[in-house]
Amino acid sequence: MTAPLFVFYVLAGICVASAVTVISARNPVHSVLFLILAFFNAAGMFVLAGAEFLAMVLVVVYVGAVAVLFMFVVMMLDIDIVAVRQGFLRYLPVGALIGLVLLVELVLVFGTLGVGEVPFPAAEPTPAGVSNTEALGAVLYTDYFFAFQLAGIILLVAIIGAISLTLRDRGPLKRQDIGKQVHRERSASVRLARVESGKGLG
Amino acid sequence: MVDQVLTIAIIVGQCLLIVVPLLLGVAYTTWAERKVIGSMQLRQGPMTVGPWGLLQPIADGAKLFLKETVVPSGANKVVFLVAPMLTFILSLIAWAVIPFGDGLVISNINVGILYLFAISSLGVYGIIMAGWASNSRYAFLGALRSSAQMVSYEIAIGLIIICVLISAGSLNLSEIVRAQSGDGFWYIFPHFPMFVLFVASILAETNRHPFDLPEDEASLVTGYNVEYSSMAFALFFLGEYANMILMSAICAILFLGGWLPPFEMAPFTWIPGPIWFILKICFVLFIFFWARATLPRYRYDQLMRLGWKVFLPLSLLWVVLTAGFMLAFDLLPA
Repeated sequence: MTAPLFVFYVLAGICVASAVTVISARNPVHSVLFLILAFFNAAGMFVLAGAEFLAMVLVVVYVGAVAVLFMFVVMMLDIDIVAVRQGFLRYLPVGALIGLVLLVELVLVFGTLGVGEVPFPAAEPTPAGVSNTEALGAVLYTDYFFAFQLAGIILLVAIIGAISLTLRDRGPLKRQDIGKQVHRERSASVRLARVESGKGLG
Repeated sequence: MVDQVLTIAIIVGQCLLIVVPLLLGVAYTTWAERKVIGSMQLRQGPMTVGPWGLLQPIADGAKLFLKETVVPSGANKVVFLVAPMLTFILSLIAWAVIPFGDGLVISNINVGILYLFAISSLGVYGIIMAGWASNSRYAFLGALRSSAQMVSYEIAIGLIIICVLISAGSLNLSEIVRAQSGDGFWYIFPHFPMFVLFVASILAETNRHPFDLPEDEASLVTGYNVEYSSMAFALFFLGEYANMILMSAICAILFLGGWLPPFEMAPFTWIPGPIWFILKICFVLFIFFWARATLPRYRYDQLMRLGWKVFLPLSLLWVVLTAGFMLAFDLLPA
């Protein structure tokens, strides 16, 4: 067994094991932590496959941002573990059905083709002397410019949608205007008064 | 077989060569911080242990090492103990891609800056896990504040890095430094506003003054690490200082020309590259101490406003300006 193969089996083993733990862990926070471990090992496998850019993006986006949000939600929710356990049996048939459909699809694909055959021509391999990230950047902003912009617009719509869903009118809010605060003069806020005893300012 | 053993021995040796000086550096960063802040406040700082208090960090370390590790009874034990380890490990593994000199780097990967960005975005997990596993209100609040803060400032850091990447044309850290060679053309000069923003953002990213909301003593009794004692606390502490040094190193690479001397002429080129690099790290670290000694702490809503409404638009604008300028004057690196 060569060293890369050995590393692959270690990464893949931990990845599958932590993926199983994600759905079997009792505590939802533990589930999220194992999900992160699974992402991390997947990133390691990308590095082994020579896709270092994808690996880093997987860590930055999924582990660094998406999973943090999961973590936030799961930690804030007061989840009743017993209720979740009861739901498990009820939803088991649906989950099993989806798994079966995926399995049948995989069997159909590999059964008709055989491993190694490819129905579509493979993409051009990275030209020699150009790093994988550089090649990706070069085609992303030229050949696939339209798709790239489209993805950006879809994300923008999603952001606006998320904001408009959560934004609600909460009545008059006390807002802070930093510029106004900084430009406040002493004369506008402090008044020195000589108060005669027994009379008050009136 | 002998080859493999040799390879592994070399790898272990390289790791030790980074980790041991780094830990010493961390120890003396704490000493330097106390000395610098002491001078700024007309005090002497630590003076008792050793000459000029030089053995103070060792005494502190020994004290923490000999104390008892207390795990709160309501805590989630495994997560509670993994959190400080994670913080500490993450602050160490980032050093694998930092170039100390021309070719002096353990792993010269092509996506070095993305690797650093990925590792620093993981730093939030140590804090979040510590806060959650402590099963304490103060710790949890500190962890929530900190994660929101780190996620917010990471966006600004990412955009600032993009400005430098457009100028350098590479994600490889050594290439970024090489792109700054030539007389005094460090990126601090064309990108000066971004340097200021970057220094402020790394203060926020490492949870340091004036953005140290997660460990706000006055309202959170030191926040996420309130339940930690002994070595578990020491690991958080070491991780925080190692992260400060790491962020200073990134700042030195991106804006201050890494290992390059300020001028390519005789007295400056006599000093070897790694020394220049360390001097630049010390300069950025001094800014950290300086900020701590002089600035009051931000309020939480002001911190968020600064991150999202000031730093994000400014850095985005600078990305567009940089790209437009490079394109218009045909300066884009091939």
